[in-house]
Amino acid sequence: MTTKKMAIIATKGTLDMAYPPFILASTAAALGYDVQIFFTFYGLQLLRKDLSNVMISPLANPAMPMPIPMPVMVQMLPGMESMATMMMKQKLKKHGVASLEELRDLCLEADVKFVACQMTVDLFEFDKSEFIEPVEYAGAAAFFGFAGETDICLFV
Amino acid sequence: MNFDKEFDASGMSCPLPIVKTKKALVDMASGQVLKVIATDCGAVKDMQAFADQTGNTLLSTAEEGGAYIFMMQKK
Repeated sequence: MTTKKMAIIATKGTLDMAYPPFILASTAAALGYDVQIFFTFYGLQLLRKDLSNVMISPLANPAMPMPIPMPVMVQMLPGMESMATMMMKQKLKKHGVASLEELRDLCLEADVKFVACQMTVDLFEFDKSEFIEPVEYAGAAAFFGFAGETDICLFV
Repeated sequence: MNFDKEFDASGMSCPLPIVKTKKALVDMASGQVLKVIATDCGAVKDMQAFADQTGNTLLSTAEEGGAYIFMMQKK
């Protein structure tokens, strides 16, 4: 049986959107898939050693369940984003959902390959020393080299 | 049922029961049985799917006092 492959493009850097790439990648790896995640634009935030700036905001996010109705004028107040992030992290913990750091470590342990988009690393002037290791740096053509052979390819 | 190793995934949510079951199987020998305890009801479908896709055999699934007990035989 040939090894199945999955490629994911991770483009978002908010707490809610950070979960799907790591959940799917770690699960696929557990099922025996060869997995690569290509991190580009805001997805690059997920490669930083310090993930504390990966947050969630109720602002412009009407689908986010809130304990009490919160007018937009209140949501925009300073500190609301930190508060929403703290509450979401508590909720995740209470429900036994792994932290992003734990899921990311599980991906690396299972040999999921992390590739950072060089163009957006330069665009946002990221310092590579901010990123975890191992991460490879490549462009779109390199992504297609792997993605073209995959069974599953997702854009998150 | 006899088993060779036990992994308690109680309180863990998707995808941890599956990802960690896979990890628990790594150092086991072919034919050995891993007992997995989980409280996530999603694990019932997921354990079967894991077995189907990895070639390991899900010998049994049982519910005991709000927890699910899986017996997974390594291929």
